[in-house]
Amino acid sequence: MPNDWKSYKPLLLPAIKDLHEISVYEKNNGYQALRKILKDRAMWSPQNVINEVKTANIRGRGGAGFNAGLKWSFMPEPDGKPRYLACNGDESEPGTFKDRKIFEFNPHLFIEGAIIAAYAMQIDVIYVYIRGEYRPFVKMLQRAIDQAYEKGYLGKKVLGSDFSVEMYTHMGAGAYICGEESSLMESLEGKRGYPRVKPPFPAQRGLWGRPTTINNIETLANVPLVMDKGADWYLKIGPDTHPGPVLYGISGHLKRPGVYEYPAGMNIMTLINEVAGGIREGKKLKALIPGGSSTPPLRADMLEGVSMDANSLRDAGSMMGTAGMVVLDEDTDMVDLIWRISYFYDHESCGQCTPCRDGTGWLEKTLRKIKNGDGELRDLDLLLAICHRMEGRTICALADAAAWPVRYSIDRFRDEFERKCKKTVYAVA
Amino acid sequence: MSGTKTFDEKDLAEIEKLTKKYPEKQAAVLPVLWYAQDKFGHVDPSVQKLVAETMDLPEAHVYGVVTFYTQFYEKPMGKHVLDVCTCLSCQVCGGYDILNYLEDKLGIMAGETTPDGEFSIQSVECLGACGYAPMLQVTNDKYVNYLTYEKIDKLIDDLKSGKQPGFESNKMPQHENGTE
Repeated sequence: MPNDWKSYKPLLLPAIKDLHEISVYEKNNGYQALRKILKDRAMWSPQNVINEVKTANIRGRGGAGFNAGLKWSFMPEPDGKPRYLACNGDESEPGTFKDRKIFEFNPHLFIEGAIIAAYAMQIDVIYVYIRGEYRPFVKMLQRAIDQAYEKGYLGKKVLGSDFSVEMYTHMGAGAYICGEESSLMESLEGKRGYPRVKPPFPAQRGLWGRPTTINNIETLANVPLVMDKGADWYLKIGPDTHPGPVLYGISGHLKRPGVYEYPAGMNIMTLINEVAGGIREGKKLKALIPGGSSTPPLRADMLEGVSMDANSLRDAGSMMGTAGMVVLDEDTDMVDLIWRISYFYDHESCGQCTPCRDGTGWLEKTLRKIKNGDGELRDLDLLLAICHRMEGRTICALADAAAWPVRYSIDRFRDEFERKCKKTVYAVA
Repeated sequence: MSGTKTFDEKDLAEIEKLTKKYPEKQAAVLPVLWYAQDKFGHVDPSVQKLVAETMDLPEAHVYGVVTFYTQFYEKPMGKHVLDVCTCLSCQVCGGYDILNYLEDKLGIMAGETTPDGEFSIQSVECLGACGYAPMLQVTNDKYVNYLTYEKIDKLIDDLKSGKQPGFESNKMPQHENGTE
């Protein structure tokens, strides 16, 4: 864990007044990474940019934690026809509220990162998919994009080079599933957001059947940092296996909730007690959901020495997800909480695959029954059986995302579930 | 309720502009539906028909899209639609208390509209304001954060007198000691 977090100065969202204005961004080293690349094309060929980003090991900040540069390298050789970059600003995972900070406070960092990504993958059109609820933030980003066009960072012949790229915003209209990359593409094509069967992967057949890469907004905002100061510098921030800065969205029963930027791999108890001011009203910590609603909840006693990086959280029995941490105090009713999470997934299941469409419904109904005091002990087994019949049996991961919180909560908070259940009664024939 | 709905020339020019962003016309369905909802206040079947005809798409396709996304209003709604988040962080920070208070205050349940057509209430899923819970969104636009009963009272009074809430910027706590 980095010891020097107290002296850490944010890199993605530095405390600079009016940084969202392009003139202020330019004064603070903005668009210099892009200029550097376009000035020395021999040194910074698309392949070399990909290699640099791959070396930096920017792990996707949308939840999967996949090396962004490696993802870029899956794009096939250009064939003269269109190729697309889709930037994922759907940000619908409950507990996650970080990308909106980039749109509000430092949109040009993301725009610059997306332009560099497009250059590296020889892409000519960028779509930024943003959830419809973020309408005010879409307007902010659109204003920044317009500024970037005016200054020649976007459009035909970027900064006088032979590289051209267009950037458009695309507003969703309320659907969690559209954060799933293939569903996002369906939505961009003007359809219901049904996830696609993979393979083919987006790099092979993406938007309108053309090679496409989908990256999270925060992931792309890391790119100018890497290209400006180099992968070696970037690798020194945070843990070896999960480098770079992370936007921690911390919410729940805290004195100072909010979005904080620190290196990856921050100790969880430090984040809760020192960064976010500790649990409010002097209460005790009960549990933590570390990275959005789909990541398995951890009991307070499981958090000793655990840090916010993919490997540490995996060892602890959860996942990094989006780093949207939901902190729960001792008064939290876990059954109620997990029921509400199940309600969410039932509401958001797209309905394409039966295990998910029906499974999320049965999880919700069974948990509602237990929550209302009508459940029997055998319903806990039923819940686990439903989870088993959902996990890994669907086109996308929504079914897993719905099953995990239930499965792991029953395991980790079993007493609480049992207390709400009646003893199983078998009818006498 | 009303006569046949149409897009005028200015609308069609706007729609043309929206369509140009994509290699295929169909991709503009969401933006065009947003445009139509801004104009008509909802996208009920008559608006869906108009959008389908304007975009050379089957009505069934547009209907399918409208029903998939929660933010499209399939019927006329109140003048102000209050979307109260009750999901996860908002749940544990009193989102349901806020919802119930609002229901009592306006005399309607979530999913209903007041008889005078002023307000609709909806209980919605995570809106991405988890650190500022409990919160609600006003008619698919501004967020109102850190809700209390007093803040609800003021919001309703403001909306009744025609005053829309402004954009609430939630600063990063790390920026609170001032910016450079």
